Amino acid sequence: MPLEYLVMLSAVLFCSGLFVALTRKNAIAVLIGIELMLNAANINLVAFGHFDPDLLQGQIFALFVITVAAAEAAVGLAIVVKVYQYFQTANLDEISELKG
Amino acid sequence: MSLESIILYAFVGLTLLSALYIVFTRNVLYSAFALIFTFLGVAGIFMMLGASFVAISQILVYVGGILVLIVFGVMLTNRLRGQKVLSPAYNKFLGFIVSGGLLLLFFKAILQANFSALGWIEKAQPEPAALPEFGMKLMTDYVLAFEVIGVLLLLALIGAVKVAAKPGKEESDAA
Repeated sequence: MPLEYLVMLSAVLFCSGLFVALTRKNAIAVLIGIELMLNAANINLVAFGHFDPDLLQGQIFALFVITVAAAEAAVGLAIVVKVYQYFQTANLDEISELKG
Repeated sequence: MSLESIILYAFVGLTLLSALYIVFTRNVLYSAFALIFTFLGVAGIFMMLGASFVAISQILVYVGGILVLIVFGVMLTNRLRGQKVLSPAYNKFLGFIVSGGLLLLFFKAILQANFSALGWIEKAQPEPAALPEFGMKLMTDYVLAFEVIGVLLLLALIGAVKVAAKPGKEESDAA
C-alpha cells in the first residue's frame, strides 16, 4: 500500500476528530474527538517509521503518544465527572460562569 | 493484489467507516462503541505495518482502558432514565468550514509532496521490526524518555483519583 493512502487516512481521521471536538456540546463527545486526533497522529508516526532505515523511532514515539493519551483520558474524565457534580450538566455551553 | 494488502485495505475501510459514523451520529454511547472499531482498525493497520508491540498496546490501552473510562464517564454524567444519551451539536457550519478546509489543505499538501520519490523512502526496504530489538532500544537509547513517561503516567493517575474523589473524605482518612 502506498504511503500516501495511509497519510490520507490519517488526515481524514484527524479532520473528523477535529469536527467532533468542535461541534459537540457534551464534554465526553469532545474527548472522543480528541482520541480520534491522537490516533491519526499515531498512524502517521508508524507509517513513516515503517520506511525508516534506522527502524523503530516512529514506533517508540507512537508508544509514548499512547501513554500520554491514557493519562489525558484519565485526568479529563475525572474533571468532567467533577464538573458534572458541581454544575449538574456536562454540556460545555452551559458551563459559562466565567463569561462576562 | 496480495492477501496482505487486501487485509490492510479492509482495516483501513473499517477505520474510515467507524470514524465517519462518529462524525454523523448524535448518540454519545453509539459513538463510544464506534470508537472501538476505529481503535481496532488502527491496531490492525499497525500490525500490518510490522509494529506489533504498538498494535498490542493500542488494543490494551485504548480498547481495554480508555473506552471503559469513556463509557463510565457517559454513565456518570448523564441522567439515564430510559432516554438516549444525545449530544446536541452547535457551531456546525463553522466546524465544517474549519475541518473541511484543513482536510483540503492536507490533501493538497500530500498530493504535492509525492512521498514515494523521497530518497530515504525509496531506498528503504520495509521489513517488520523484530520485537527483541524494540525492547533493546526502549531500554537503552530511549530509557530516559521511558522513565519520564512512567512518572508522568503515575502522576496523572494519582491526580485523576485525587480530582475525582469526594471532598471532605480526606480529612477523616488522615485523622
